[in-house]
Amino acid sequence: MNLANMKPGESGTILTVGGAGALRRRLLDMGLTPGTRVSVRKIAPFGDPIELTLRGYELTLRGEDAANISMRIEAGSSVERPAI
Amino acid sequence: MTRRLIALAGNQNCGKTTLFNQLTGSNQHVGNFPGVTVEKKEGTVKQKPAMTVVDLPGIYSLSPYTAEEVVTRDFLVRERPDVVLDIVDATNIERNMYLTLQLMTLDLPMVIALNMMDEVRSNGGTIDIKEMERELGVFVVPISANKGEGIEELIERLEDAAAGKTPEGGPRRVDFCAGPVHKALHAITHLVEDGARRAGYAPRFAATKLVEGDPPMESALGLSAAQRDIVARIIREMEAELGTDREAAIADMRYVFIESLVRRSVTKDGESREAARSVAIDRILTHPVLAIPVFVGVMSLVFWFTFGPIGSAVSDLFAAGIDWLIGLAGSGLARAGVSEWMRSLVVDGALAGVGSVLSFLPVIAILFFFLSLLEDTGYMARAAFVLDALLRKIGLSGRSFVPMLVGFGCTVPAIMATRTLSSARDRRMTILLAPFMSCSAKVPVYAVFVAAFFPRHGALVMTALYFGGVVVAILSGLVLRRTLFRGNPVPFVLELPVYRMPSAKTVILHLREKVMDFVYRAFTIIFIGSLVVWFLTSLDWTFSMVDDGSRSILASIGSLIAPIFTLQGFAHWESVAALVSGFTAKEAVISTLSVVLPLGIENYFTQASAAAFLTFTLLYTPCVAAVAAMRRELGTIRWTVAAVLFQTGVAWLASAAVYQVAALF
Repeated sequence: MNLANMKPGESGTILTVGGAGALRRRLLDMGLTPGTRVSVRKIAPFGDPIELTLRGYELTLRGEDAANISMRIEAGSSVERPAI
Repeated sequence: MTRRLIALAGNQNCGKTTLFNQLTGSNQHVGNFPGVTVEKKEGTVKQKPAMTVVDLPGIYSLSPYTAEEVVTRDFLVRERPDVVLDIVDATNIERNMYLTLQLMTLDLPMVIALNMMDEVRSNGGTIDIKEMERELGVFVVPISANKGEGIEELIERLEDAAAGKTPEGGPRRVDFCAGPVHKALHAITHLVEDGARRAGYAPRFAATKLVEGDPPMESALGLSAAQRDIVARIIREMEAELGTDREAAIADMRYVFIESLVRRSVTKDGESREAARSVAIDRILTHPVLAIPVFVGVMSLVFWFTFGPIGSAVSDLFAAGIDWLIGLAGSGLARAGVSEWMRSLVVDGALAGVGSVLSFLPVIAILFFFLSLLEDTGYMARAAFVLDALLRKIGLSGRSFVPMLVGFGCTVPAIMATRTLSSARDRRMTILLAPFMSCSAKVPVYAVFVAAFFPRHGALVMTALYFGGVVVAILSGLVLRRTLFRGNPVPFVLELPVYRMPSAKTVILHLREKVMDFVYRAFTIIFIGSLVVWFLTSLDWTFSMVDDGSRSILASIGSLIAPIFTLQGFAHWESVAALVSGFTAKEAVISTLSVVLPLGIENYFTQASAAAFLTFTLLYTPCVAAVAAMRRELGTIRWTVAAVLFQTGVAWLASAAVYQVAALF
């Protein structure tokens, strides 16, 4: 499972952060480190990018970049009402 | 009093500009960091004139990937400020402290300003300041930059830190690591200590950057081949032991330290009201269906306020005042017995030109008021989020949206703002397209034409022009993406800050900066432009005064060029003269027209040719200041000339299309 496949309302924990160079470094700098709990808040009107909540703040990134981040989904997190 | 240099550093959206304004008031000036076009604001502290504060760009890390981050690093390392003032958003402490830890390894005296403490308290949270000071060994001062709370104490602590004091005289923390990272960092610190000191870096900072992987640092230290091998081996061992790579290891080390620090010193009482309010606002503003109509609505409302009944009433009043002053000056000069020639130069040349431009000051002030409000409240980031997928279709990212939007104010800062884009491809493309965003200097041109030709459809014509520029940019983007600019846009990783109302002071200072800049340009470039145009229009080739403008120097130059505008319906020397002088500054289009057409533009243009003229003005090459900025950012004259020709060519085509279609009705 990666971050791009998650639906609004789902939460999970980061397993690994893939990719390379400036993008990967930026993801890590913004707090997307392995072990961090992330929830997907919403998807932009045109289907991309996505909005996340992590470390108490809101971050947006594109689906194709989010696909570099592998996740372990929390069981039952998807029953939360999507925050749209 | 000893002179003190304070470097103000912090994340974006943490209230850095507000704090800078609180500290310096209006004693500030704007410039650039040497060699790059990253804005550098400097000011002196109101209560302590010997204390100079430099506002560094808002950054999240000291990585070597963006110009802002590199500028910050270089400034801190080379200028060695007396104190680094790190501002941290206390409501978003984890992510903000990430930069703090990096700044701490620079080994400069430091003070942390914990901003937005009023919000933390009102939400029932507390932060143990003493515990934080003990853990970090630097002064921590709770403040609220918005309300001006804690500023006095902050200034005192800055003095203390500059004098070498620490909280309770304790040692400064340099170690944030544990386990394998700790082992690697210590080994490398010892290895590079001498090289780092020679290059002016704190050894800990240098070692951390080496472990992280930082090419500029690797070359700055001048390591021998043997040393490089040892460093590489140490890092390989660390990676093997941790089962992760170097970049993730260092990022993780910092966040683990921060998490434990936050656990010990911060208590929260549930979700903050401000965050909950943001979520509620975003239910509408970034709603899957409503977001786009809301965006169009917000922008239309801004333009309606600026150019609709309210804006024009203020402008008319202001213009009447200026006309009265010019009349007064004219009769004063006549009574003083000044020659007619001189009087014409001053009144019809200089004053009329500058005055017609100045009369649009209210419009510009109102527009900038709303644009800075949208930026400072946090809506701009949402707009980037909503529009990213669209900008991507034309090969750009939501980040390019910011320079584009700044382009509505002025093309010069818009082009300068492209520095934040980390790929040359995106930068060039944004520079080529940003001038299509209608800049505020073109507003006077629109306003005069609307008043003369479309009085009952003012808001409609304005909206059409603004959106027309956007549409042309999109079409150009689609073409460029398939021709000159193949490849991928930069990563789009953007914070969506909590919605906040900016303080009145921040808005006023921002507005003052823009207004002063406009007035300054009116009295320099436009003043000179008005004089030159007056000479060209009032004198013939023998330099004697002409009564009839059609015998002037400009008329003969204009007549030569005019035929190329046959398809546009304004193939007369007067319009060419106006467009040529518009190259000095767009407002000059109007001041020139007012000089060369003393009877006004009403009988000179038709509705169709007026529309074509407006279209051309909207799209053709930006003013000389913007072209200079383009030259600097694009790096080559070839690219700059290509950009100017491209924009003027597009303008020629579009205005021809507008005239040909409009003439059918």
